[in-house]
Amino acid sequence: MPETLTAVATPPDLPSPAASTVELDRVSVKYGKNFALRDVSASFQRGAVGLLGPNGAGKSTMIKALLGFVPPDRGEMRVLGMNVKRSPLEIRARIGYMPESDAHIPGMTAVAFVAYCGELAGLPRADAMQRAHEVLYYVGLGEARYRNVETYSTGMKQRIKLAQALVHDPDLLFLDEPTNGMDPKGRDEMLELIRDIAHNKGLNLILSSHLLPDVEYTCDHVVVMDKGSVATQGPIEALKGQGGRVFELRVKGDINGFVETLRAAGLDCHATDEDIMRVFVPAGRDARFLFELASRERVQVRHLRPSVPTLEDVFAHAVGEK
Amino acid sequence: MPIHDQGYRRYEGRREPHGRTWWVIARAGIMNMLRQRKFLGLLLFAWAPFIVRAVQLYVASNFQQASFLAATPETFREYLGQQAIFVFFITIFVGAGLIANDRRANALQIYLSKPLARTEYIVGKLVTLLVFLVGVTWVPAILLLILQMMFAGNTAFIARNLYLFPAITLYSLMQVFTSAFAMLALSSMSKSSRFVGVMYAGIIFFTAAMYNALRAMTGSSAFAWLSPQDCLEIIGNAVFRVRSAYAIPVPVAFVAIAVIIAGSIVVLERRVRGVEVVT
Repeated sequence: MPETLTAVATPPDLPSPAASTVELDRVSVKYGKNFALRDVSASFQRGAVGLLGPNGAGKSTMIKALLGFVPPDRGEMRVLGMNVKRSPLEIRARIGYMPESDAHIPGMTAVAFVAYCGELAGLPRADAMQRAHEVLYYVGLGEARYRNVETYSTGMKQRIKLAQALVHDPDLLFLDEPTNGMDPKGRDEMLELIRDIAHNKGLNLILSSHLLPDVEYTCDHVVVMDKGSVATQGPIEALKGQGGRVFELRVKGDINGFVETLRAAGLDCHATDEDIMRVFVPAGRDARFLFELASRERVQVRHLRPSVPTLEDVFAHAVGEK
Repeated sequence: MPIHDQGYRRYEGRREPHGRTWWVIARAGIMNMLRQRKFLGLLLFAWAPFIVRAVQLYVASNFQQASFLAATPETFREYLGQQAIFVFFITIFVGAGLIANDRRANALQIYLSKPLARTEYIVGKLVTLLVFLVGVTWVPAILLLILQMMFAGNTAFIARNLYLFPAITLYSLMQVFTSAFAMLALSSMSKSSRFVGVMYAGIIFFTAAMYNALRAMTGSSAFAWLSPQDCLEIIGNAVFRVRSAYAIPVPVAFVAIAVIIAGSIVVLERRVRGVEVVT
């Protein structure tokens, strides 16, 4: 197998327990005969960590296993230093969960719902009500807090899910696709909130998303999943910045043959939405090498431009996108 | 100052110990029902028989000509039997949506992501229903007993019929627990409270009809165990020391009721989960 040194670092050693909020040790979860998580070992650092992966990668299953909704078939999990199997209630007292799908308690106004969630999380009644008002203002629902939740728009429902996760001031937040169904403006505001929560308010969070820009904007570390396994994990800047350069390239000719040649030469490449490919050139080589390969394959180089490694590159390499 | 710079602060206050969340759930459910006028009307209507009986006891104690209306142990047995119809309606009104509405709104994920066990969630929902059912069975029956003592001006009746306290308690609890567990289990199986209500009513009527049909065909009441309502009748007759017209022994009726409650608990254990796994 050709050695491919790309803009993706090898997974770093797992950090010491004190530095991590969540640890999984060879965890497997099966639904019937299908493995949703297969022998997963991962460590989530303090701060903001992205859990990235395509649909069906196992991100939501991992979160649900950590919450105790789905018992694992094998392996051990620890959240905030506590074993998930032995201390589920103590863990859930210190975490907040924003589910992916629409979820609320029917028949309540926003403030009543969030206060109720605060009480369920262990806050005294008066404190829960006070926190509910504060948190609803914080997420931008202050003016609408006396409306019934069932009358809310999609974006407002996303905010209220965040509010109920925050009301009891958790030590760790699980956010599952927090910008689902939001318009661009609402999405930007939600990302700003999440960034503020992680960087200014001192809460740890794990953001599960298939949207790379969301993770790149809000998180410092990332765990990339694919087909139930961890593909790569580590600090985003480290994963993006090491080992080589990235070029945007468009060619005319036998594209498939050229891609095979690039891969055989140890270069990694993947397509983008436009007809441009992003090629990872290892350290020690540069654009001339690409021209040499193009000339050998008799393809015309129509566009070549240096680019900055992005999380998309990390993700594409990790999940083996062509 | 952007709005997200206002308002969020860390919480330094007290946190309640684990194990009390069931009461938070029950209280919210009770308050939610008491806000509904139709339900308040039903509750008032359910207390109408109590008013009638209270007047009966007063008249019987204070007017010699009405002594034929004096209370007997059968009075309390009949009263609880009459309340069965209100138990039926309140069970449907309160219980049908208790878990079904949460399933429809995906609220189980919210509940079970908080520090509460599934048992607490179920107990909280159960208490919501039990409070109202006990409020139209045990509470008015015991009040009638106390009123009997007050209107008579002596404790002679109660002294002669001391078993009425445990009899009322046992029979009421059998009625309400059977209805509550069965309804909660059905509610956990659907996302539509209307469907649950129809299912519950259907099961009650169907089992009663089946028993009556078999009784008509065979001339025997040996199949009474098929009908929960008739099982409760048998138990009520036994605890109130009333002669029973049923052919089956009382332990069989107890076992039938126990099977309903146990089966409901099994259903609840399987259905109340944070995620629904379809394999």
